[in-house]
Parts: sequence; structure tokens; C-alpha cells
Amino acid sequence: MNLAPEQMLLSAILIPALAVFGIILTGRWANIRELVSIMAGLILINLVTGLYQIVADGGLIAYQGPELFSGLTIAFAIEPLGMLFALVAGYLWLVTTVYSIGYMRGHKEEKQTRFFACFAVAISSVMGIAFSANLFTLFIFYEILTLSTYPLVTHSGTIKAKLGGRVYLGVLLTTSILFLLLAIIGTWFVTGSLDFRDGGLFDSSTLGAAAVLLPLYIFGIGKAAIMPFHRWLPAAMVAPTPVSALLHAVAVVKAGVFSVLKICVYVFGLDTLRQLPTTDYLLYLAAVTVLLASIVAMRQDNLKARLAYSTVSQLSYITIGALLATSAGVVGGAMHIAMHAFGKITLFFCAGAIMVAAHKTEISQMRGLGRQMPITMIAFFIGSLSIIGLPPTGGTWGKWFLMIGALDAGQGVIMAVLMISSLLNIAYLLPIPIRAFYPNDDVERPTGIKEAPLPSLVALSVTAAGCIVLFFFTGPLYELALAILS
Amino acid sequence: MITHYPVLQVIVPLIGAPLCLLLQVPRVVGLFAVLVSSLAFLVSCGLLQQVMIHGTLVYELGGWAAPWGIEYRIDYLNSYLLLLVSSMSTVVLIAAQSSIRKELPENRHTYFYAAYLLCLTGLLGILATGDAFNVFVFLEISSLSSYTLIALGTDRRALTASYQYLIMGTIGATFIIIGVGLMYMMTGTLNMNDLAERLPEVNHSRTVLSAFGFFIVGVCLKLALFPLHLWLPNAYAFAPSIATAFLAATATKVAVYVLIRYVFTVFGIQYVESVLPLQEIFLVLGLVGIFAASVSAIYQLNIKRLFAYSSVAQIGYMILGLAIGTQLGLAATLLHMFNHALMKGALFLAIGSIVYRINSSQLNHMAGLGRKMPWTMAAIVIGGLSLVGVPLTVGFVSKWYLVLALLEKGWWLVTVLVLISSLLALIYVWRIIEWVYFTPARIHLSEVREAPLSQLVPVWILVIANIYFGIDTSLTVGVSKLAAQSLFGLFGAAP
Repeated sequence: MNLAPEQMLLSAILIPALAVFGIILTGRWANIRELVSIMAGLILINLVTGLYQIVADGGLIAYQGPELFSGLTIAFAIEPLGMLFALVAGYLWLVTTVYSIGYMRGHKEEKQTRFFACFAVAISSVMGIAFSANLFTLFIFYEILTLSTYPLVTHSGTIKAKLGGRVYLGVLLTTSILFLLLAIIGTWFVTGSLDFRDGGLFDSSTLGAAAVLLPLYIFGIGKAAIMPFHRWLPAAMVAPTPVSALLHAVAVVKAGVFSVLKICVYVFGLDTLRQLPTTDYLLYLAAVTVLLASIVAMRQDNLKARLAYSTVSQLSYITIGALLATSAGVVGGAMHIAMHAFGKITLFFCAGAIMVAAHKTEISQMRGLGRQMPITMIAFFIGSLSIIGLPPTGGTWGKWFLMIGALDAGQGVIMAVLMISSLLNIAYLLPIPIRAFYPNDDVERPTGIKEAPLPSLVALSVTAAGCIVLFFFTGPLYELALAILS
Repeated sequence: MITHYPVLQVIVPLIGAPLCLLLQVPRVVGLFAVLVSSLAFLVSCGLLQQVMIHGTLVYELGGWAAPWGIEYRIDYLNSYLLLLVSSMSTVVLIAAQSSIRKELPENRHTYFYAAYLLCLTGLLGILATGDAFNVFVFLEISSLSSYTLIALGTDRRALTASYQYLIMGTIGATFIIIGVGLMYMMTGTLNMNDLAERLPEVNHSRTVLSAFGFFIVGVCLKLALFPLHLWLPNAYAFAPSIATAFLAATATKVAVYVLIRYVFTVFGIQYVESVLPLQEIFLVLGLVGIFAASVSAIYQLNIKRLFAYSSVAQIGYMILGLAIGTQLGLAATLLHMFNHALMKGALFLAIGSIVYRINSSQLNHMAGLGRKMPWTMAAIVIGGLSLVGVPLTVGFVSKWYLVLALLEKGWWLVTVLVLISSLLALIYVWRIIEWVYFTPARIHLSEVREAPLSQLVPVWILVIANIYFGIDTSLTVGVSKLAAQSLFGLFGAAP
């Protein structure tokens, strides 16, 4: 393809949106419909890879859209952090599509056309968030993402789904309308600009306002799931597992922490952030979230619920990285976005595979399952290692840089929290694969269970392999993360 | 021809109304009404264009010079609203054709269209005229015809609703005429501009003060400002769906216009602020209205009543914009008048389609309708999101400007309250969505189909307008700001 860079940028947002029409039109023929999704996924990967090459060579890509009112424009520009997020989401969309085909058919889900269509809308808005050049554009796509994922969360249409959907929408929209919008309008009012700018928008005369706006941003971005606004994430687990995997481990939640990082770096600027009196309080709140969510995760017997709380905890790592306001912290946060994405999506894929193949959702029922589903359980093991942050998995690096960031900032308490949390991760994740392979003798080994459908198996193997590959080939990611601050 | 546009704007529907009675054949009458309304729409387009080029247009009725004869004055403010009212009326009338055939017995169709055109005449007349007494005349024309429109509803409760509105509306109109009479007594003129010049000479007198008091209360009754809104929910709920859509989109906006016109042009904001703490009164009533009506909306079982309460809440926002008392606040109010007309027009028309298919506007009868009427329901979802103020819809533009105006004024607490109140809108909109999409369909729905195209098209025109004007705001924001500027600049600064 010989598109100009700007066209590639726009296409990355439009291709998934156009795929929606293709999916709806071909909805009657399931195979063709899935082909549309996969083709769109391949094109998107092609596009984000092409964009990455340009960005890596130091190219600037920006697109100035129409002005809406009073100087607010829809504008896109690619900076390293957005590129990183787009890469992660773009690649994992294709993998998830492949996985979904196996899962949705294996699970005999209804309304699959709506499912794939909404999925494509969600990815389109994720690309919009990743490439947004100002807060206004970011906010628009942020809200579209919330609304387009609502039908996915409530896919089953049951009472439970309805109630889960209420919490989901209630928390996400409430925080975004009440805090985020207020923060954005406030920023506009105080600084007269909503652009993402190196070094931030605030100067010494507006520090007071910045100190008030920071908590509004952090709480307003409900998708980052900082306590006490984390309830939507466990509630969203009533969705089909591919949704939980891509959206509630990667796209939606990462859109949240990505926004936090981006706002901290480009709206406040690290220098400003360090001077604000509110930064430290929020930092400690994030630390509390890390610990509390881990502890809650240990008490969950439902696998998806445990993973959801684990996500809440891991998301706050990234918020911590942003709020540490040191370069290592930002690098760690950015890398953790990618690393956690691969690890957590693997775990969710495994949870879905177990649900489809063995019809088990509770951890206590999964003992001895390793014999029947070895590939799934090995993948689960690798994913767990990555979340914990042990070599040879990619998760190591994210935590490594976060620790350095905490040291640089002189935050001994945060250091300690990160370490304790890693121990807690071990405690709630590793027993699952270990018990699967080495159950107590008195447990009756399940019989008649086979591995999940092939597409799902392929997908979860790919992401598990990705966790290991990312340990050895971190260079490009690291360079991208480093470029955020240059 | 062009010089006569101001009067044509009013005359066209005025002549159209009696012609309806002559035509008699129901189907022809309906099309005739569409024709008349679209003519009015074209005229209003021409007027707005003229105003944009030449500034304020003055038209002397019958060639009598201003203080003696009646004068029509078209400036940014009313040309913008003329366009709004005539366009909404036309779109609603297109949908009316099939809806009225179903909802009203055949022998009443002619009356309906005649009353509708009269109501349109009244509303356009209020907007166009620059004469204080003329406002009252047109107000009565529009009110009497809207009592008729409401009473035509098939539910017998429409009669009591109409009667209730008649009593309240008449009290309001009486107050207004008392106000106008007192002003005439003090100044000997009825022309608004003339009044604006002469009132300052006598504005220390108690008579002018009482004129002002009577006038404000009368208008607030008409525009259904909380707590004077009691007539509105019933009227909207029991009127024919088409009448509800038309009145909800236009009537209250026109009443808000009268308020703005008198406060800013006739009395002048300086005088108003010196005699009454109007800002504080509007602030409190606006806020209480927003919350009380939104909470009531959440508990409604009838979708028409639900959105009727929502209308009362939205009027609260408009009044709040006025309470801010700055140019930006006034612009936010004007903007919201336009945007709210688009939202409520789309929503009530879509509800009309639902009533057309299931003969009910009870929420629990709509269970599972999402699958049966996907396009209509999608329209309600988008209209609802616009009401909540989701970006890329007109609701967001309104909210943005209101909040900006509040911040400019430094009213942080009010800002937070406004944002919280949009969450209440989210709750009542979501109740509908849960009923429609998540509750299993009842058996009697098996026969229900999507609404006819003749209704879907107008509904979606408005839905697309909701999105279009949420993205391209050059017209709405541009004119609102110009109008606000001229209201403050020309008249506010005058001694």
C-alpha cells in the first residue's frame, strides 16, 4: 500500500469502522462475516506496523480535522505512547478475532453479528484514543468506546447481564461526565488549550488549578479503575470471554491508563506533576488499589472475577508509573501497558477455553485439568509468570522500570508495595496451573474433556509465546517508551 | 417580494388555516398543511439570510409608521427562532400524515390541521412582531389553538389536561396583558423599541415595577418554569402524539423567547437587575426545576410523561443560562433552545411511531420492542444520548457552553450540579433502553412491525440533525453568539 502517512493514520481508525458495515451486510453468512473481520484485522496490523516504522524513523504524522466549535477540533497526531498502545491493540485484535471464532461457535452464542460489529466499533474508537492529538478528541472516542462496549457486556441479555451493564455504564459514564468532562472544560478555561503538548499546558501561575484538576482527571478516567471507581470491571465480567480478554484486559482498561499516562505527560508535564500537592495523595491511593485489589482477587473462586481484580491491581501499577513523575516511571508504565496486555489476554483466553471445553468457571473445579488441557494450562502458567513479573517473560521489564522509577522518586513505600503485590500475584495466580497439573490425590480427575476448539487454542498459544518473545526482544518497545519523554 | 418576507412569514400559515376548512378532504388537507408549513420554512430561510446580510429588518404593517402602526422587527434572535419553529413544524407535519390518520377519527382531521396551522401562525407571530400588544394577540392565537390540539387527543383525559392548561394558560395570558396594559398606561406606546426608550423615564414608578412583575410571572407560566409547570406533563401525555411533538419542540421555546425579549430589549437588563434579584430567583428555580423534574421523570411509567418532565428539566437549563447573566450564558440558553427542540422533536416523533404501532405509551408495553422496531428505537437511543449530552450530539454542545459560562462566572458548585443532573437524564433514558432491549417481548407484539417510512424519514431527519449540529455548529453557535451579543450590546448598555 502506498498511502501517505496521514492517510494511514486515518485508515487505522476507519478500517475497523468500515468493517462494521461489512460485518452487518455479511451477517447472514458466518464464514464470510468472520473473513471480513480477519481481513480488517490484517489490514489494521499492516497499517499500524507501517505507522510504527515511520514513527521509529522519527517521522511526524498528524491530521488536523474539522473545527467543531469555539476552537475545539478533532485532530490526530502520533506520538510514541499512542503508537505503542495502537500496536498492542491492533495486533491483539486479530488474535482475539481468531479466538472469538472458536469461542463463539464452541459456546453457541447468539447474535454473533452484533458481537463482531460492536467489537469493530470498539477497536476503531481505541485507535481514535491512541492517536488523539487533543483532550477533546480523546474524550469523544473515550465515550464512544464506553457506549459501543455496553452491548458487548450485556451480550447475553439476561438479568445478570442487565445489572452488570448498569454498573458498567453507571460508573464509566458517571465518572467521565462528572469528573473528566469537568476537568477538560476546566483545563480549557484555565489554559485556553486542550492540545497535548510536550511539557504540558500549565505554567507556574496556574499550578493551583492544576492541583485541583489532577484528581478530577485521575478519577474521571474511570477506565483506569482506580479505587473506589473500579466496580465496573468485575461487573463487566458477565460478558463473553473474548470481550473480557480484549476489552477488559487490553483495549478498554488500557485506554484508561493510557489516557492517564498521556494526560500526566502531555497535559501536566512531569515537572509540573512533581510540584503538585495532590500528586502524592493520588499515588498512595493507587498503591492502596494495588494492594486491596490483589487481596480481593485472592478471595475470588470464579476465575474471571479473580482475573478482573488482578487487572484492577495491575492497572494501578501504570497509574503509579505516571504519578511517580520520573522518566523511568513513565517508561515502566508504558511498557507495562504492553506486557500486561499480553499476559492478561493469555489468562483470559485460557479461562474462556476452559469454559468452552470443560464448562468450568470456578477455580476450585479446575484441579487436575492439566492432563486434559495441557496446552491451555501451560499457556496459563506462562501468562501468570508474566503478570507476576518473572523471567523469562515480558512482564519482568515493566515492573523493573517501575521499581527504578519508584527509587528515582525516592518513594520507598511504593517500592515496598510493588514487591508485596508481586508476592500476592504469586499467591493468587500460580496455584491454578500447579493444582491443575498436581492435584491432591483424593481429587477425582475429570474425564472426557478435550482442548478447546483449534482457533482458540492457536490464539492462546500465540499470546503465550508473545509473553516470552517480549522478554528477549524488548528493544523496539523500550525505544518507543523512551521516546515518549524526548 | 423579499421586503415583504417578515409579514409573509405570519400571513402564509394564517391564510392556510381557514383554507384547510374549505378543502375538507382529509388526505388533501394534510398535504396542504405540509405545503403551507414548507412555504413558511422557505420564507424563514430567506429572512435569516437577509438578516445575516443587512442586519435587523424592520417592516411596517400596512405602511403605518412605527409608534402608531404595528412593526415587525427581525433580528438575529428571532430570525434564528423563526427558522427553528418553521422547520420543526414542517418535519413534524410530514410525520403527521399517517400518524393522524391512525390516532384521530376522520371527521377531525381538518380541525387538527387548521388548529395546527393557527398554532404555527401564533408562534411565528410572537417571534416576528416588535409590538408588545401584538405579542399578546399571537400568544392567545397559539394558546387557544394548542388547547384545541391537546383536547383532540383520543384519551378522555385529554379533555381535563386541556382544561387544566387552559386555566393556567389564561391566568398567564391575563398577567401578561395586565403587564402590557400598565406599561401602556405609563408610556402611551406599545412598540417594543419605543417602550425601551420611554420606560427608563418612568421606571422608578411602582406601576412599571408591577407591570414587570405581572409580565414575568405570566411568561413563566407559559414557559412552564418550575413550579409553574403543572399543566405541562398532562398536556404532553394526552395530546395526539404529533401535537406533543410540535408543542414540545416549539411552544416553550417561543415562551422563553418572549421572556428574553422583554428582559433584554424592553425592560433592559440594568433595570431588571436593579428592581428584582432575578438572577438569584432564576438560579434557584432553574436548579430546583432541573432536579425535581429529572427525578420525577425517572419515576414515570408513561414514556410521554417521562419526556414531558424531562422537558421541564431542560427548561431549567435554559433559565439557568439566563440566570448567569453574561453574554456567554445567554448564548448557551439560545443554543439550548435550538438543540433541545431537535432532541425533543426527534424523541416525541419516535414515540409517535411507537404509539402508532402499539397503541400505548406505557413503558411496560414496550418490552422487547427493540427487536421489532429497530430503527425507531435506535432513534430514541440517539435522541436520549443527545439529552444526556454525549459528545458528537447537540446535547454536548449545549452542555459545553453552559458549563463554560458557569465557569466564567465562577459558579463551581452550580457547574457540578449541572453535570450531576445530566446523570439523572442518563438514568431515565437508560430505564427506557432496559425496557426496550432487555425485557422479553410480550406475545401481543408478534404482529408489530417497524414504523412506516413516512414516519421514519422525519424522525431520522431530526436524529441526523441532532448529530449534524453536534458536529457542525457554525450555524447554531454562530447565530446564538451574534444574538447574545446584540442583545447585550444594543440594549443592555443603554441607560
